Amino acid sequence: MLDPATHVIGKCGGPDAVAEMVGIHVSNVHRWTYPRARGGTDGRIPARHHARLIAEAARRGITLVPEDFFHGTEAAAALSSAPRKREPASQMTQPADPTRFRHRHLLGIEGLSSDEIAYLLDRANGFVDMSRSRRKADLLSGLSVMNLFFEDSTRTRTSFELAALRLGADVINMSVATSSIQKGESLIDTALTLNAMHPDVLVVRHPHSGAVELLSQKVTCSVINAGDGSHEHPTQALLDALTIRRRKGRIGGLIVAICGDVAHSRVARSNIHLLTTMGARVRVVGPPTLVPRSMARMGVEIFHDMRQGLKDCDIVMMLRLQLERMHGTYVPSLRENFHFYGLDYDKLANAKPDALIMHPGPINRGVEIDTAVADDVERSVITEQVEMGVAVRMACLEAVTANLPWMDARSRA
Amino acid sequence: MTARTAFINARLIDPANGLDAKGALLVESERIADVGTALFRDGVPSGIETIDCKGQVLAPGLVDMRALVPEPGETHKESVASAAAAAVAGGVTTIVTLPNTNPVIDDVALVEFMIERGRETGLINLFPYAALTVGTKGEKLTEIGLLREAGAIAFTDGTRAIADPVLLRRALAYSTSWDALIIQHPEEPSLARGGQINDGEYATRLGLQGIPPCAEVMMIERDLHLVATTGARYHAAHVSTAMGIDAIRKAKARGMKITCDTSPHYFGLNETAIGNYRTFAKLSPPLRSEDDRKAVVEGLRDGTIDVIASDHNPQDPDSKRLPFAQAMAGAIGLETLLPITLELYHNKVLSLGAAIAKVTSAPARLLGLPAGTLTRGARADLVVIDPDRPWVIREDALASKSRNTLFDSRPVQGRCQRTVFGGRTVHCAKDA
Repeated sequence: MLDPATHVIGKCGGPDAVAEMVGIHVSNVHRWTYPRARGGTDGRIPARHHARLIAEAARRGITLVPEDFFHGTEAAAALSSAPRKREPASQMTQPADPTRFRHRHLLGIEGLSSDEIAYLLDRANGFVDMSRSRRKADLLSGLSVMNLFFEDSTRTRTSFELAALRLGADVINMSVATSSIQKGESLIDTALTLNAMHPDVLVVRHPHSGAVELLSQKVTCSVINAGDGSHEHPTQALLDALTIRRRKGRIGGLIVAICGDVAHSRVARSNIHLLTTMGARVRVVGPPTLVPRSMARMGVEIFHDMRQGLKDCDIVMMLRLQLERMHGTYVPSLRENFHFYGLDYDKLANAKPDALIMHPGPINRGVEIDTAVADDVERSVITEQVEMGVAVRMACLEAVTANLPWMDARSRA
Repeated sequence: MTARTAFINARLIDPANGLDAKGALLVESERIADVGTALFRDGVPSGIETIDCKGQVLAPGLVDMRALVPEPGETHKESVASAAAAAVAGGVTTIVTLPNTNPVIDDVALVEFMIERGRETGLINLFPYAALTVGTKGEKLTEIGLLREAGAIAFTDGTRAIADPVLLRRALAYSTSWDALIIQHPEEPSLARGGQINDGEYATRLGLQGIPPCAEVMMIERDLHLVATTGARYHAAHVSTAMGIDAIRKAKARGMKITCDTSPHYFGLNETAIGNYRTFAKLSPPLRSEDDRKAVVEGLRDGTIDVIASDHNPQDPDSKRLPFAQAMAGAIGLETLLPITLELYHNKVLSLGAAIAKVTSAPARLLGLPAGTLTRGARADLVVIDPDRPWVIREDALASKSRNTLFDSRPVQGRCQRTVFGGRTVHCAKDA
């Protein structure tokens, strides 16, 4: 059977001529004619080359039309019968949509626009019902998602895994405990090794701030930050925002108090960036050892008295004491910490009557939050956050992979 | 007859003798035979090789009092030979090396080894520091007297602070017998422990543990009390904070004979160079705020800071291409010492002579080195500088084995055109 690639290559005067026209190596031209199982594109020419080929063909006096790229397929018939609308060549490959998420990686919330955040939240919202009805989509079928966790995590990893599976992707979990990371391999070498296996997405968690960004510089696939040190945890902030938006109908104008170990918290940083970008008023509440003064430069108000900090709040976001990141004493005792900074009904009474209680988990009952408050079905949305997590991660996986260079060809194939 | 070389048509700058004038210089048998404004006014006699400086600056070769050359131990990062090549490319003819090698330079044989290694290069004078404590572990004093006799220029634990006040007090007291200088890395270690960058907004945003600027002044002020009770010679290396510099300024005003240096990183850059976890910008002490940077400039201007040293610290990709907290601190600096120092002249902070003094006569005098001057009879270690020439620093054009410069792509003004060691030209810019 004559496939479109063989047809076009013949028309243009052979693989070498095409390689020269497009400016790629001839072996990649041959690859267009191979089946996908052998690393080819099943007889299709990647869409990103179409415009260049047509322009070059015209220059060389070869008649090449868009239908040629679908030669022998059903699409060609549809194309030729459809009313001809001439498009400038430059728009053929990249439809411009200002609200779309245009990044290949999701490394943090800092730097994202409110439009981009809203786009991700809208998409995620659409996935909530799908998740609830336990349906699956095939939006990412054929893609492989690799979970690479250098730090133990059950909930985030499972959430990403489920999100990928619901979108039809294949998931691999790399367990660091049994991998060569333990044998002294550097992060960059790990990145290069995994990249050579051609995954489509790497979901990475690492105990050091900035490590996920470093890794992203060395790979050709998409990278999603699932938490790097004390820096960022973007999907957590997005799922928190989705939870808030579904409950309160908006984010802008709300007063949000982030309480506890803010200094060591990547969740706090991502939330501060997201909430301030979306127009909320953010307060950080905690003892001076756990709430750095310089955080004021990130556009938040600092409170060391929890009752004042919670006054008239719409959202109370509690954080866990990250003892694993603390060297030495930051609070004299858990008992003292709970007395002054633990969330109980007494302190909560300062917040608005309908204030929501959130927590990124895992919660430590009696350390930062009173059991009765954590389990209050009227106020606590902690389990809802977990539910939103899957939907948000579906949206993030979909959004970043849409910007992979090889996805354009896929969607047209 | 010995070879003679005349450097004519030069702007002679010799801070040690307060000289800044048009003139010429004659080299004979590796030494400066004559120098002056009237020399060769009527032409150079035949039989003398003549180098026309074309009105450019002729100054003493630069003296870098703080360079880490990781030989022995990590010669894949830099060897004495490669450091010497980098030095002469930057107009540096004398380097003083830190003891933070593997093994640590804490033994007479190792001091002799370093001196011999330097001599073998035939490009530069190398003077080693010796460790103040065995293995720079901060526990047991090294043999200060014997090391001094072997040629150790001064005593320091280099990149590590001498934390124990009892030990430092004894070291200071003991050193006075040999009039030995003790150099401190002024950073209170428990405040700096686990810290990655300057404490403040940047550290908070990036989620990296900060090193508070007060870690520097606390160590300096503590040491000043110990110096006052012992009468020892004390030098604070690479000062980087407004508070630390102010403490030294006040101590000098009280008449204390203490000195300090800084490196071009601390007046040429601030913490924003870290950007998105750029590990090349991880230094010890860390790059500070803009206010601190300005204080360093002011300290250089008013003379509180005596010397500018490169703080050369070569690191290879394996030590730098890591998550920020795991990356090694340090940046190379031998080849960029001159142009970044000259920024002080172009920015009208220092006169040209005063800027050159910070990298020639000042460190030589501080350490008692036979270098850094155009005095008749001195070794003919010279540099020809075009102080205004614009160029762009390119990391791939550097001679150092390691590439961890923080000044890549920086447009600068002023370049070393020719480096002369013992009367012999050892480096010449391609288009000079």
